[in-house]
This record gives sequence, C-alpha cells and structure tokens, in this order.
Amino acid sequence: MTVTASAPRAPSRRVRPLRILLHVFLTLVALGWLLPLALAVYASLRPYDETARLGYFSLPEQLTLDYYTQAWSQAELPRYYLNTLIIVIPGVVLTLLLASFTAFAIARLRIPGRRTLLIVFTAGNLLPPQVLITPLYTVYTMIPLPAWLSDSMSLYDSYLGLILVHVAFQFGFCVFVMANFMRTIPEEINEAALVDGAGVWTRYWRLTMPLCRPVLAALSTLQFTWMYNDFLWALVLMSSGDKLPVTSALNNLRGQFFTDYNLLAAGSMLVALPTLIVFQLLHKQFVAGLTLGSTKG
Amino acid sequence: MDQRLPISRRHLLLGAAATFGVPAVLAGCGSDSPAPGPGGNLGTVTIGSNASDEIPKKTLDTVVKGFTQATTRINTVDHNTFQENINRYLRGTPEDVFTWFAGYRMQFFAEQGLAVDISDVWQEIGADYTQAFKDQSTGVDGKQYFVPFSYYPWAVFYRKSLWEENGYEVPATLDELTALARRMQGDDIIPIAFADKDGWPAMGTFDIINMRMNGYDFHVSLMQGKQSWTDPKVRQVFDTWRGLMEFHQPAALGRTWQEAAQSLAQKQTGMYVLGMFVAQQFPEADRDDLDFFTFPEINPAYGTDSIDAPIDGYMISAKARNVEGAKALLKHFAQASSQNIATELDPGTLAASSKADTSGYSALQKRGAELVSKATHIAQFLDRDTRPDFASTVMIPSLQSFVSEPDEIDSLLASIEQQKANIFR
Amino acid sequence: MAAKTRRYSARDMAVLVIGLGVAIVVNVGVIWGPALASIGLSGTDWSGIGPIEWVGGQNYHDLAAEYPPFWSAVRNNVLWLGFLALVATPFGLFCAVLLDRRLRLSRFYQSALYMPVVLSLAVVGFIAQLVYSSDYGVLNSVTGLSVDWLGDSSVNIWVVMVAAAWRHVGYVMVIYLAGLKAVDPALKEAAAIDGASERQAFFRVVFPTLRPVNVIVLVITVIEALRAFDIVYAINRGRNGLELLSVLVTENIVGEASRIGFGSAIAVILLAISVGFIATYLSQMFREER
Repeated sequence: MTVTASAPRAPSRRVRPLRILLHVFLTLVALGWLLPLALAVYASLRPYDETARLGYFSLPEQLTLDYYTQAWSQAELPRYYLNTLIIVIPGVVLTLLLASFTAFAIARLRIPGRRTLLIVFTAGNLLPPQVLITPLYTVYTMIPLPAWLSDSMSLYDSYLGLILVHVAFQFGFCVFVMANFMRTIPEEINEAALVDGAGVWTRYWRLTMPLCRPVLAALSTLQFTWMYNDFLWALVLMSSGDKLPVTSALNNLRGQFFTDYNLLAAGSMLVALPTLIVFQLLHKQFVAGLTLGSTKG
Repeated sequence: MDQRLPISRRHLLLGAAATFGVPAVLAGCGSDSPAPGPGGNLGTVTIGSNASDEIPKKTLDTVVKGFTQATTRINTVDHNTFQENINRYLRGTPEDVFTWFAGYRMQFFAEQGLAVDISDVWQEIGADYTQAFKDQSTGVDGKQYFVPFSYYPWAVFYRKSLWEENGYEVPATLDELTALARRMQGDDIIPIAFADKDGWPAMGTFDIINMRMNGYDFHVSLMQGKQSWTDPKVRQVFDTWRGLMEFHQPAALGRTWQEAAQSLAQKQTGMYVLGMFVAQQFPEADRDDLDFFTFPEINPAYGTDSIDAPIDGYMISAKARNVEGAKALLKHFAQASSQNIATELDPGTLAASSKADTSGYSALQKRGAELVSKATHIAQFLDRDTRPDFASTVMIPSLQSFVSEPDEIDSLLASIEQQKANIFR
Repeated sequence: MAAKTRRYSARDMAVLVIGLGVAIVVNVGVIWGPALASIGLSGTDWSGIGPIEWVGGQNYHDLAAEYPPFWSAVRNNVLWLGFLALVATPFGLFCAVLLDRRLRLSRFYQSALYMPVVLSLAVVGFIAQLVYSSDYGVLNSVTGLSVDWLGDSSVNIWVVMVAAAWRHVGYVMVIYLAGLKAVDPALKEAAAIDGASERQAFFRVVFPTLRPVNVIVLVITVIEALRAFDIVYAINRGRNGLELLSVLVTENIVGEASRIGFGSAIAVILLAISVGFIATYLSQMFREER
C-alpha cells in the first residue's frame, strides 16, 4: 500500500514534546471525566445541612463517612446485593449460552432463513423496553409457577421472570456481536471437523466456543453492567420490596418529601462499586474482547 | 383480553394447594393458621407500605408492633415506585392492607373493584373522625374504603424572625399580599419562594388560588372534569397567578422544592406556599422560628374557607386473603394512640383522628390542626383530586409551561381542555 | 460462495431445533409477541383495569394534534441521535486513537473515561443536579453565571446531552480501542515506512479495517439514542424541554396514569422508527456481504 506523504519525516519515534502534549490532553480529559464523580464522592462526605447552606462548591467544614454506614444499613444493601446476584449471574450465563449457539447456527451453518433470524433478533434488542411493558405484565401474571420457583406463584414478582426478560432482551445484541465474531474464524476449522464427521454440537461446543473466549469475556462484562444497572424491569415486574435488585432498592433512600441527597450519593457510590470493580478486574478481557472480530472483517 | 382469567386461575391454584395440604407460601407463614376465633388470633395480615424513608418506616413499625390480634408482615417499596406501580400492584399480588391516599385517588380504585368495602369498620371508628374525613374516605357508591391515618395542611410558610426584623404583617387579602411582596422586593428579599422542577409543587399554588377565587365546589368539579378549562373563571385564576409571578423566585423549573425551602430557611426568600413537610428542611434549632398563615382571601364570597390538606391512610385490597385480620388492623390504625406515635416521630404530620392527643404537638403542629379545624372544605391536592393520568400527563407539563411562559394563557387552556376531553371520555 | 446443502444427522437436527427453538420461543414470547400486542393496544382506550375499548386511530390523532410533549420528544430524540453520532462517538474514537499506543498511565485514562458507563441512574441524576443546579450547582458557582441550566427549556436539552455524551464516550472508546489493538501492527508500520503521517495512516489504512467495529458502534449509538431514558428521567422525569419518546411512553404506561392505549401508540411510533432503522441497516449489511 503506498501512501504519498506531504511532508517527509523521520518515521521512527515521535518527538518528545508531542508526547507531553498528548499526556496533558489526556490528563485534562480524564480529569474532566472524573470531576463530576469526584464531586459526588465529595458531597457524600459532607453533611446535608452544610452543603445546603454553602452550596456544593465550597470548602468543607466537616467530612464524615457516616453516610456510608447509614446507607449500608438503612437501605439494607447487603440483602439487595444478593438479590442482584440471584438475577444477574443466571441472566448473563443463560444469555451467553443461548446467544452463542444461535450465533453459531447463523454464522457457521448455512441454515435457511438465517438472515431473517439475525435481523429479527437484533431488532428485538433495539426495541425500547417500554414498548413491551403492558402485554408482558399481563402475560406474566397469567403464567403460574410452582411455589418452590416463585413465592408469588406466578412469573410476575419472581426472580425467574426478571431473569427471563433480561435474557430475552440482551440476547439479540449478543447474537449480533458473536455472529460477527464467528464469521471471522477461518472456515478451515469447520471444514476439517466436517471431514472428521463431527456433529453440530461438537463443532459448536468443542471447536467454536473455545475460540470465542475473548468475545464471551467482553460480552459478559457488558451484560453484567447492563443487567446490574437495570431498574425498569424490576420496577414493573416485581412487587415485593424485599426481592428488588440493589439498583432499584437504592430508591429506599429517597423519601416522599425529604431526600438527603448526600446520603443518596453515598448509597449510589456503594451501588456503583461492584460494576467498577468488575471493570477494573476484567479490564484486559474487556479491551481484548472484540479484538478478533475486528481484524478480519 | 380477559383480566379475570389469571385471577381465577391463581385462586384455583391456591385452592389446590390448600386441598393437598401444601403450605401456601403465597400467604406467608400464617395462611394455614386456624380460622379467626373471637378471642384474638387472626392469622397473618400482610401490609404493603410505601413508607420507605426512615421516619415513616419507623412509625409504621412501631404502630404495627402494638397490634396483637394477628401477626403482621410488612412489604416496603419506596414511595415513588409504590405509587407508580399501584395499578399493576393491585391487579397482581397485593398485600392485604396497603397505604394509599384519600379522595378521588381512593375512589378511582374503589370504583374499579380493587378495594374492599369497609363500611362496617367505619360504624365502629366513625365517631373518631369529622365529617370531612369521612367524606374523603367514602367512594362514589357511598361506602367507605379508606381509613385516614395522618395528614398535613398546605399554607404560606415564613420565618418569624425575618418578619419581625422587617416589621412585616400577615396579609389578609390579595392586595395586602401584593403590597407586602412589593415591600419585600424593596428590602432585597425575593418575596415568594418557588420551585417546580418535580412538577407537582406548582399545583399547590393553582389549587389555592382557584379555591379562593371560585370556591371549593367549582374546584372539585373542575378536577372531576365537569367544568371547562376555557371557562373565564379558570382564566382568571391564571391571570391572578401571572400577576403574582413577578414576586416569585425566578428559574423555578430548575429548582427542587428542597432548594426553595433552603432559600426560605436562609432568609433569601420571604414566604413559601408549601405543605407542612417544609419543616423537614429546617435544622432542629430553627423549627420554632417557622410559622405560617393561610393563603389570603381573594373573593369575599369564599373567604378562606378551603385549604389543601392531603390525607394518608390505609385500604384493603380486593385480593386480600385475610379480610378479617385486615379490618382489625385498620381499626388499630384508626386509634388515636396509634396516630399519636406518628405525630410524635414526624413533626410534619397531624393525626387524622379527632380523638388524638394534641398536647404533645409542637407549636407548628398545633397551629396546623387549628387551621384545618377552621376550614369548611378540605381538598386533597390537585394530583389526588383528579384522575392520575390527567394530573401527571396533562397538568404537570401544562403548569410547567405556564411557569415558563405566563403570558400564553389562552392557548394553554385550550390545549388543556382538548387533552382533558381525550382523557375524561 | 455457492451454498452447499449439507445433510445433518438426526442428532444434529435435534440439537439445532432445540437450541434455535428455545431462542425463538423466548424471543417471540417475551419480545416480539408483546411488541405486536402493543400495536393492538395502541388502538384502544384502556386504563389497565376496566374494560378495553376500541378507538381505532384516535390515539394517534390525539398524539399528533393535541399532545404538546409529543413533537418536542420527537425533536429531542433526533437531536440526541445527532449529538451522539456526530459529537460523542467521534470523540470516543479520537480518544481511542490517542490511547492506542504504549503510554504510561494509559490504563488510568481508560478507566477514567469508562467510569461513567457503569454508573446507575440515581447517581447520574444526582451528579447532574450537583453540577447544573442554578442555586447550589458547581457550574454556576465556578463561572459566576446564574443560568437555569436544568429549568430553562431552551438550554436544558443541551446540557443533558453533554451528560449523556459523558457516558457514551467511554463506551465507544473502549470498543474502538479493542478494535484498534487488533489492527495488524505491520499495516501501520508499512504506512509509516512509506512516510505517511499518522493522520493519513489512520484514515487510509487503519480506519477501513475497523469496519466491523464501526458497525457495532453505530448500532450501539442508535440504541442509546432511541432508548435514551434514564438521565432525563432522573433529572426531571423528562418534562419541560427534556421530553423523549421513551419517557412519554413510561409516563403514560408505567406511572399511576395508566393511559395504556395512548402510551402504546407512542410506543408503536418508537417501535416503527427502531424497526425501520435496524431493518434497513442490517439488510444493507447483508447485501454487501454477499
């Protein structure tokens, strides 16, 4: 590939000053991005009547961690974290299983109607969730469940119902990404397996899935974040306050009339913590995630 | 779509569960306890509560602890979510007893058959309530569906110390109010604190001007969709309000009521039309300095005979599994001693029962009770006196649009009237 | 490539039918079934409790002619899409390009940019209040202005879009960064040896290879724009200049209001836009592929 250069320059390393400029720019951007969050943390450390008096942009008279302990106990966060796990972990696992198989069928097997399927599934993910609320609610109240699965004895107000809606909703996006990714895996692997007479399941589970590890890691991080942050479905499809996931339960810190915003800030920080930790821990997988999918398009 | 199908199916399931001796988890641990006997054990009563903040939650816990006839289980959902979900909640798997509001908001659900008639409870507790409270608990069919627990009046709040310093006096008429506001402006004080970011506080101002000007009956029938919003009487309300706009704190649509209340506490503003809960924004030490007066007279024909004083209380859901226990619990809530627990813990509320002990009231609470007892008519606040869909999807955007462009009254009222026709079909 | 029909064994067929069957059943039962039912509901007047009354196209008429928030919502959704696609997404790409080299502190920059993505509704709403509040907010304190950022309906949509972009940039940046890392370094080196400036190398060599990533980013941007909801909902429930279609649907359906027929009509419009967009786009993509 030939590219004509207008101003020939030393092709090796860039000059130092430019690198400094780069750092300055990136630092400014990063600080600009962190500042609002830092303000929220700062507010959560100050008593409400102080910030109400002085405004949020002022020097502190008093800094305290009280709000954190208060949020932790008043909103009973530990229990709600557990609820979230009960919903999100099966949600992510099921979504990825179902989506990877579907993507495999669409991308690697020449099944008829695969294009329509992909369009239908992906478009399903694009739908605004609000569109589905009323019919979904009605259907959920009509589907009975045995008591051991749901103490409300229906899909409405049950963990299973929430998991199901998350799986169905996130499924489309995952199929889209994974189908894209799988198309980039060299055909030869499949061809070789075919010669060996491997079945569909073997080709999916033994041959394709191991190659999908990076994209699975990326998607699970994303899906975890999305399902974790969802509050709409829990609001609409749950009626027991003690079964709500943590994101929705945060509202318990909001009063009818009086809301101590600084307490709410502390609570929000506690709720945001798990997703921040997941991102930090899985950072590498996350960034590497879509790698293969983007090279050989 | 047949809404009854799921219900009957669920009942069938429940029946099956009971027949086969499977413990019905649905009704909690108490559902298989013996049938209600005369002496006391009424099984388990479940309560759906919106009392998620600390103080109301503590209040409910304490009150319910005093109820010995049955075991209780409380399901708390935050206030906002509870309200948003009420429709689905009552059709889904509601608790036996649930927290709700008096007036039209109660009647709306009673009419749909989602609440249990508790007229028999009222025969016992009726003597503890004034007629106004009973009316607010009565459905359109003349039966009672609601037990009032606590309420709070709306008025014009101010700081006594600020008024004393400047020699302001409580205005008795609209003209006096205007004159006072002018004086405050001269003293570099914003006369009327105002905030409408959340959309509902401005309703309080509309309500009170309308009731002062056109009387309670007109207000109620306007709320019920029976009057036209293009009526000159309504236009006059907005005209009067527009006349007061120059005294209102500017940029109200970006301000929360909490921030406006803070401006009152810091003496940047002179007065504030709000509910008694404004007290919660005042530090403990300053609360004695907070006082109020009722919105001044506009039309002598009505004087100051009406106020907004929303009532909170309890109802029984139509799907309740333990109606006997629930009724016993409602009677417990109706007791003055129960309500006094609330007034003691929460300085922003008053006890609904006329038998309640007011000796423990703070100065502000005493004045509040006095204000309400003097009023001939008690309204419930715009969003409780009309259809919820009309209040939230039409009135909130409309009042906000009035606040940002007070001059466009005619087109606004025409638009409200049009939208009203689509809702009150 | 000619499509070769392969024969599958009975077991293969069973696996396929079960796997795809579950996927289709879940998707139709939970997503498309209810979505179609919404279309039906949009022709009715229903409070969610009483009887359902058929009113035909009445809701659509009321919506377009007599519901002032509707057109501002349409306008805002379009603005939102434009802002994310033309400002936030390119900025995310720009940051990704800057970060795609051996840099000290690179990890820190990435984390900082990505941070807002994982924050929940409550905290973003709270932060917006913190920054933009006219009396107590930081922005006015620092600049000495007294602009009513959130209340003035001619400015609030812009500042809220900035908040939305705040979240969107990090997201886009991470995805592009992943894509860039995968670009064969030999390509860039070759371009550099040819004497191309960094900018030229990017636009002529690197960017074209990013096509699959662009697809994903574009889809995400559209999803975010059409689904935009939580920020405005947290700030003032999407009123007074911050109307969005998704919020109007919620306001009419989810809230106590329960104007289900009317809300469904708004939902159907949103649905039509979404489906229209995605179908055109996806079929386009497939056509190219063949």
